[in-house]
Amino acid sequence: MTEEEIYEKLNEIFQDVFDDETIEVDELTTADDIDDWDSLEHINLVAAVEKEFGIKFKMGEVSTMKDVGEMVEIIMERI
Amino acid sequence: MIELEYPFDSAYIMKKRKSIKRTLLSDSSSRLKKKIAVLGGSTTNDIVSVMELFLLNMGIEPTFYQSEYAQYWQDAMFPDEELKSFQPDIVFIHTTYRNISAFPTTSDKPEDVENMLESEFDRFKQMWTAVSERFKCPIIQNNFEMPLYRLMGNKDCSDYRGRENFISRLNMKFYEYSMETSNFYINDINYISASYGLKKWLDPLYWNMYKYALCFEAIPEFAFNTANIVKSVFGKNKKALALDLDNTLWGGVVGDDGAEHIQIGQETGVAQSYFEFQSYIKAQKDLGVMLTVCSKNDEENAVAGLNHPEGVLKPDDFIIIKANWENKDRNIADTAAQLNILPESIVFVDDNPAEREIVKAQIKGVAAPKMDGVENYIQTLDRSGFFEVTTFSEDDLKRNEMYKANVQRAARQATFDNYEDYLLSLDMNAVIDDFTPMYIQRITQLSNKSNQFNVTTKRYTAAQMEDVFASEDYIRLYGKLTDKFGDNGVVSVVIGKKRENTLHIDLWLMSCRVLKRDMEFAMLDTLVSKCRQQGIGTIRGYYYPTAKNSMVKTLFGTFGFEKIEEDDSGNTVWELNIENYQNKNHVINVHGNESLQ
Repeated sequence: MTEEEIYEKLNEIFQDVFDDETIEVDELTTADDIDDWDSLEHINLVAAVEKEFGIKFKMGEVSTMKDVGEMVEIIMERI
Repeated sequence: MIELEYPFDSAYIMKKRKSIKRTLLSDSSSRLKKKIAVLGGSTTNDIVSVMELFLLNMGIEPTFYQSEYAQYWQDAMFPDEELKSFQPDIVFIHTTYRNISAFPTTSDKPEDVENMLESEFDRFKQMWTAVSERFKCPIIQNNFEMPLYRLMGNKDCSDYRGRENFISRLNMKFYEYSMETSNFYINDINYISASYGLKKWLDPLYWNMYKYALCFEAIPEFAFNTANIVKSVFGKNKKALALDLDNTLWGGVVGDDGAEHIQIGQETGVAQSYFEFQSYIKAQKDLGVMLTVCSKNDEENAVAGLNHPEGVLKPDDFIIIKANWENKDRNIADTAAQLNILPESIVFVDDNPAEREIVKAQIKGVAAPKMDGVENYIQTLDRSGFFEVTTFSEDDLKRNEMYKANVQRAARQATFDNYEDYLLSLDMNAVIDDFTPMYIQRITQLSNKSNQFNVTTKRYTAAQMEDVFASEDYIRLYGKLTDKFGDNGVVSVVIGKKRENTLHIDLWLMSCRVLKRDMEFAMLDTLVSKCRQQGIGTIRGYYYPTAKNSMVKTLFGTFGFEKIEEDDSGNTVWELNIENYQNKNHVINVHGNESLQ
């Protein structure tokens, strides 16, 4: 899967989780850029990403990822 | 909504729940509004948001109160202003083994562990007592799931010092309490977690990171299980099964293969699977679920199949057998009409996806679970929770007999010219009197599930009904009807509140199984006579229209009341001066409570 394809899938997941079809993420997107992205929705998001790509984040990673770029790096490593 | 029916895709629900909620709320169906207080020993946010979806889908629109993190005990014992003013209709205590305050250690003596068990149980019991005294509402309490690890290995379950042993004993104490306490329901997370897979359920990541006592993806299973209890308590259970025959109750097609060649019994694995399924259905009947057949077959073949000597279900087990070539949605609508229940209280069981689709498209709200492979039939029906048992009354045990007698009565009716002659021929005897403790459970149950013959559709929890029963301010009547075909049980309830010399009718309901038997007139006669004894001169009746109760729109008019008010939404108020009232029932012999001895 190319990085571009990963972003495409991530966009869909973000749109579903936050119920907003206008969301487009890039590597610099952070929780501050999306209104509803709080610690509770973060669990939901992580679970949906794990399911979509068939991967597991490690415990430390879940809380320290600072932006979508880091998330994509981890996804690329594991798939 | 198909996405929320068992077996559902949990990951999909978790991801899409915002849009699912939007869709549910936009369907303009009318729902029962209920307030649910969730007192959690761990995080509850996502549990609540998923439970909301299931409840909306079951016809209940909930609003929630949630404790601050892990404040369940404090909230129950010393509720804050927010919870007090919330006035819940039901309290759900979401605790798990993580909330057990102390476990035995290897140096403990048996009596130490005994004390520990008692004090842990007392801690919970105090909380239940406090909640039920303050809020007078039903309580749902989780039991405990098995723990993450077994310190002593296999001995952990059998030794008094084992945590697994301790949890099992504590669970038993919860069950004993629940057996002797009405309005208290156990949410069996011990079963659900085992069935889901304890290893995944208890994934420590979710506890350590987010303080969830179960893994994220198990939330829908858990929320669904809990929602089933809630909907059952509030009278939203299904009532009847409409069963297909070929490849549903037996293997093969009876019309093509002949009754002697269908697969049912002990001969092959497939035959055994159908045998097990028939046994399961038969047991549902014993729980009070009404059984009917809905099959595209000649009736003769259908009956021959059901008379197969190896089968469990016989033609007699069914109240109605629709075996013909009509469309199934027509047959189901007919069945509902004959049983006097709403089509949406029927569960249609058919292996053919096309039939299920048609029925679902034609009849709004009917359930048609995905029956895929006989080996999965029992689990699919069982886990769907259509008939979740929360109360269990004597009437449930007899329901099939009563409805069958009804169908016989209808057959008799055809041979009389004069309807009153027919009614007289039924030898009807009623007990109509003030409530008695023996029937209070059934009375409450009726108040929660009667929709059609119900002028106010006022619902009562068991605790509220107890209050009405204990108060001097009410005139209460229940009516129980017997006839030559059988005992119909308690079928009608009237509650009126006394204010000065007027009685205001809070509730007037009757089960549709005794429509057109003049039972409502017998109730009115007794009501008037009770009013006279208590110096009441006027009865005021109220009718509040709902989607389902148009049949009683002019009930009070039929009784001879005058309409005195009507507003824009069709709510009407009626009044009757009872001075010159003359009894209206001439076909039922009426007795009082003393006849029950």
